[in-house]
Amino acid sequence: MSFITYLINGISLGSIYALIALGYTMVYGIAKMLNFAHGDVIMVGAFTVYTLCSILGLPPVVGVLIAVAFCTALGMGIEKMAYKPLRKASSPLAVLITAIGVSYLLQNLALLIFGANTKSFTSVISMEPIKLADGQISISGETIVTIIVCILIIIGLMLFINKTKMGQAMLAVAEDKGAAQLMGINVDGTIALTFAIGSALAAVAGVLLCSAYPSLTPYTGSMPGIKAFVAAVFGGIGSIPGAFIGGILLGIIEIFGKAYISSQLSDAIVFAVLIIVLLVKPTGLLGKNIQEKV
Amino acid sequence: MKKLKKLVSIVVASAMVLAMAGCGASDAGNTAGGDTFKIGGIGPTTGAAAIYGMAVQNAAQLAVEEINAAGGVNGYQLELNFQDDEHDAEKSVNAYNNLKDWGAQIILGSVTSAPCIAVVEKTKEDNMFQITPSGTAVECVQYDNAFRVCFSDPTQGVIAAQYIKEKALGTKIAIIYDSSDTYSTGIYEAFAGEAANQSLEIVSTEAFTADSNKDFSVQLQKAKDAGADLVFLPIYYSESALILSQAAQMAYAPTFFSVDGMDGILSVDNFDASLAEGSIFLSPFTSTVNAKAETFSAAYEAKFGEIPNQFAADSYDAVYIIKQALEAKNATPDMTVSDLCEALKSAMVEINFSGTTGDSITWSADGEPTKAPIAIKIVNGEYTVL
Amino acid sequence: MEKKNKLQFSKTFKSNCITYGIVIVAFLIVQILLSAGLVSNLLKGLLVPLCSYAILAVSLNLTVGILGELSLGHAGFMCVGAFTSAFFSKCFMDTLPTLVRFPLAILVGAVCAGFFGLLIGIPVLRLKGDYLAIVTLAFGEIIKNIINILFIGKDSKGFHFSTTSAIDLNLEEDGQVLIKGAQGITGTPNDSSFIIGIVLLLITLFVVLNLIHSRAGRAIMAIRDNTIAAESVGINITKYKLMAFSISAALAGVAGVLYAHNLSTLIALPKNFGYNQSIMILVFVVLGGIGNIRGSVIAAVVLTLLPELLRGLNDYRMLIYAVVLIAMMLFNWAPKCIEWREKMLHKIKKNKKTTKEAE
Repeated sequence: MSFITYLINGISLGSIYALIALGYTMVYGIAKMLNFAHGDVIMVGAFTVYTLCSILGLPPVVGVLIAVAFCTALGMGIEKMAYKPLRKASSPLAVLITAIGVSYLLQNLALLIFGANTKSFTSVISMEPIKLADGQISISGETIVTIIVCILIIIGLMLFINKTKMGQAMLAVAEDKGAAQLMGINVDGTIALTFAIGSALAAVAGVLLCSAYPSLTPYTGSMPGIKAFVAAVFGGIGSIPGAFIGGILLGIIEIFGKAYISSQLSDAIVFAVLIIVLLVKPTGLLGKNIQEKV
Repeated sequence: MKKLKKLVSIVVASAMVLAMAGCGASDAGNTAGGDTFKIGGIGPTTGAAAIYGMAVQNAAQLAVEEINAAGGVNGYQLELNFQDDEHDAEKSVNAYNNLKDWGAQIILGSVTSAPCIAVVEKTKEDNMFQITPSGTAVECVQYDNAFRVCFSDPTQGVIAAQYIKEKALGTKIAIIYDSSDTYSTGIYEAFAGEAANQSLEIVSTEAFTADSNKDFSVQLQKAKDAGADLVFLPIYYSESALILSQAAQMAYAPTFFSVDGMDGILSVDNFDASLAEGSIFLSPFTSTVNAKAETFSAAYEAKFGEIPNQFAADSYDAVYIIKQALEAKNATPDMTVSDLCEALKSAMVEINFSGTTGDSITWSADGEPTKAPIAIKIVNGEYTVL
Repeated sequence: MEKKNKLQFSKTFKSNCITYGIVIVAFLIVQILLSAGLVSNLLKGLLVPLCSYAILAVSLNLTVGILGELSLGHAGFMCVGAFTSAFFSKCFMDTLPTLVRFPLAILVGAVCAGFFGLLIGIPVLRLKGDYLAIVTLAFGEIIKNIINILFIGKDSKGFHFSTTSAIDLNLEEDGQVLIKGAQGITGTPNDSSFIIGIVLLLITLFVVLNLIHSRAGRAIMAIRDNTIAAESVGINITKYKLMAFSISAALAGVAGVLYAHNLSTLIALPKNFGYNQSIMILVFVVLGGIGNIRGSVIAAVVLTLLPELLRGLNDYRMLIYAVVLIAMMLFNWAPKCIEWREKMLHKIKKNKKTTKEAE
């Protein structure tokens, strides 16, 4: 019985990682950059909802919508101010470092505005947990909503990318920026759109992260951000279903590692499994293996 | 192009070095002979531990303002300069050196244990008086120039085990601690050691780390499966709050027992106090523990808009302890740092201090305070002294 | 042909000399200021950390700039060097004099970190780009996690190990706990000094610069520029990759030794040995110029001093630091900024010329 409980707990944790990983993988797949500030956009999203719903008392739906809009604008703003000027820089590392600068900036802004005190986030989900096997096993409303949201987002993104013109443009930009430009695709606009979508996803992830684990500080986003990044790599970075699978697996591994091996070593176990997976499958579970040619 | 870049960077680098050297030169004359007591505070005001450093900074500021408004110490005003150490030993030493340049005569800090151990090494060298509000590790006060306001980790662990046994709060005990944190592991070890002496049965010991401090379902499940009726939480309240809410979700309701790190849980913004109902913790302070604490809490809340936690109280007391010790020896700001340290050292073992964290606290020469811990139970969403 | 070679040699030789020269001149200036009592306590305290960050930046540049692989676990190697050497120093604190102990500690730190570099490098270096980056990041986190639960004690019966608590070591009465898990190592002797730091920095520079301009270095750069072409001309890819990576790790270990012996307490926190620190070192490298060794030293110094200089800003310190970091990155790397700078430089040159002509 405890095995099933652990499995469900793993899926709950994993669904949150999956949701964050979707935003990561989306931006990486198109813009080819590791956006280290993604975790902090999550934090901004959560703080927006906290301010609107817990302090100003707006209904959760309104709060979430405003947070999504705010983060979308923020993501596009960051992209325009900090990333775009470096897109043609001689090394892709330049923009990575700037992303770290942006991450510091967002954390410290939040620290100045909201202070360091932990805030308890009121869950935006009012669904009762589902009880199974005479109440021995319970699946929280947050978990169910998170998984449903994840699946909706995956379907939505897949449809968007494969069926719309803008989605096709994204694919083209991801494949070859130069060629895409020659084909008349607005590369800058497409990348800005990618950041907009990625940041909107981050806002949703932030709300659900803090609903499931209701503590909010200016640093809330950074560790889940890194874990989600690991999840995205795990599943094959750039692959949308890969991010989902990677996230869920990461959550399960973390919980099982804690439960059956050692709760002190849970971080080490997660990362060790990641290393092993990458050694066996160097581009992650669902990653495309590109053979380098002369 | 490259030349300009290099030129710019070299110029910037050397300008910075010179600027720093220059600062020292201009400040060097300030170190003695001022007309205020200069207190240097060190603690994390940014980074993940900022919550503790901020509390200490705010409360120290409040105490200094109060004292100054009431005429200062021996007729002299106090001056506080609080520097950020990001909860990092190296940055803490930098902060200390910066305070030395400013002319600090007394050090209030560091707030967290590891940085405090690094700083005490330096204050020892300079023979500067140091009082840490909340550095709990044994080594924080290993030299005779250092004192602390809070309990040490081993003391807390031992007292907790004794209290549980004495009051028969639980027969099967589970522990959840932070294996990446000095404070938590220190208390856990002392607790586990004393629990064996007291023949308390520990049925499950699980850890978490600073990098995975969101999901506690496994730790709680193990405690539940082992049939624990008391869960000991030698951790800070932000994580305790998450543990309480997750335990409620899985309908697990043992007695939660904690130490001073738990204080502050009710002032987490927006926290559902019913989750903490019935939890007990040992702490020298809560906002309602005595009249002084109530006055302090009211003043703190009026100024900073939140209820002070135990860090704030320790810090507030630390400033008043400095005041009392200075007054006991009739110290003046024109004394050298070393003379001041000697005077304060001898004063510390003589004074009998009553403040927000306890009545008639005394210190031994090894820097440890003697005060009674108070057991506090959360009843009807309020801290209630048992 | 011969002439050209000679010219090239002298050019790199000159460039190397400038690099050493900057370090030595900086050292001399600081020494003069120190003896004149003009140096603030803050800067005095920062001298050793500056050396250790400069060494870290140079060593990471070997991996990132010369080998061309992204590593996000450099702090992990620093951590290995710091803990092994501090452990060594604690063990022999009473038996060996400082003069013998500290060089040995440096050696221990470097060898252990280098060994870990080799150990990690063998399986991992076949990965590429961001995948290598994430594996090195994972490695750094594993090291930090393991050190946090490691307990080692020593008594008359020898060493005891545990991964749970100091009590489980079952030490004899005379026993001493050397590594206390999350409480780390306390009481490491303060052996580091500015002179030792500078000497180690010069040795690091010497090792790295000589490697770059050696046969091996050219092979490594050939691998960076085109792996397949390098392989086709018979360069042993694995050997040279491992060589660069483990030397880089060993040098990071040296920086760790310097770090550990500068503070009396050593704890593996996310702040000092976590991925944040690895990224910070990467920031030094990128800001200083990828592959530019001298730039790494300067960037490490500037970025370490910057937050300390901003202390006057109190609460706004880290905010301003972040803004300055972004601004510096844009100034140094954005193609438009580079263009603008070129134009400005051109103008200045032109002005000089015209004034000269006027004379």
